[in-house]
Amino acid sequence: MNTFPFSDWLVAGIFVVCVATTITGALIAAFTKRIIRSVAGLAVCCLGLAGLYYFLNSPFLALMEILIYIGAVCVTIIFGVMLTEPDEPTPENFARPYPVIAPLVSLAIAGGIFLGIAKLSLSGHWSAPATLVGDGSVKAIGVALLTTYSVPFELISLVLLVAILGALVIARSGRTKE
Amino acid sequence: MNPAQIYSQPAVYLVVAAFLLATGIYGLIRRRTLIGMLISGELIFAAASLNFMALNRFTAPDQSVGQIAVLFIMGLAAAEVAITLSIIIAVYRNYRSIVSKDLNELKG
Repeated sequence: MNTFPFSDWLVAGIFVVCVATTITGALIAAFTKRIIRSVAGLAVCCLGLAGLYYFLNSPFLALMEILIYIGAVCVTIIFGVMLTEPDEPTPENFARPYPVIAPLVSLAIAGGIFLGIAKLSLSGHWSAPATLVGDGSVKAIGVALLTTYSVPFELISLVLLVAILGALVIARSGRTKE
Repeated sequence: MNPAQIYSQPAVYLVVAAFLLATGIYGLIRRRTLIGMLISGELIFAAASLNFMALNRFTAPDQSVGQIAVLFIMGLAAAEVAITLSIIIAVYRNYRSIVSKDLNELKG
């Protein structure tokens, strides 16, 4: 018998908080008018997602999610917002052609996708594997990255290098012209 | 199913991932600036990563495969954001706008 009979409920409560954070962040990211709030919503969403990764037995990826998404991606997007115009166009500049139909159609598409995939997920039989060959620890990840997955590991470093150089070239080209 | 064990149900994670995908697609349709569309794309990336992690945790025999896949997704997402933002900045410099409706002419 567990010494702390309510500890399961505490853990379940933390899990629910993580799920709620993820969903709230996604809603903020998709529905607010101002772009900077949308970026903040993305950061909140990634924070909740890191909690979900923690519940999926992967504290390493939870750390990486916070480090890469909140620390790098969101900050980079904020720089992008700073260097360009921050907001959605106002209705005076750009009237939406279908102010009533278009949101309903988009909501119907998104809702259809959500309901379909959710129904599939709930009706699927996710059976546990018969045998576990790896424990998924950080050590196992490191060994796999340097043995089995060494080629994709090297390729992704190449992709990142090319992305950095390409970003520099593209963002610089307009400046030298003037 | 014991409600205190909700975090060991794969369906919960998959439904959350489906919600992230649906929100991302809604944002991709409705947003009118390039940065907004980029953020919605990140939501779709997050949905894919969560699916990978959930199925890795509950159905894969080797627990490190899905984590490595998600690491690669994160790397690709970072590269994608860098490239996309540089393109957005280049577009803004030429058009003085990043509203997707303004960007309707091709150089030819």
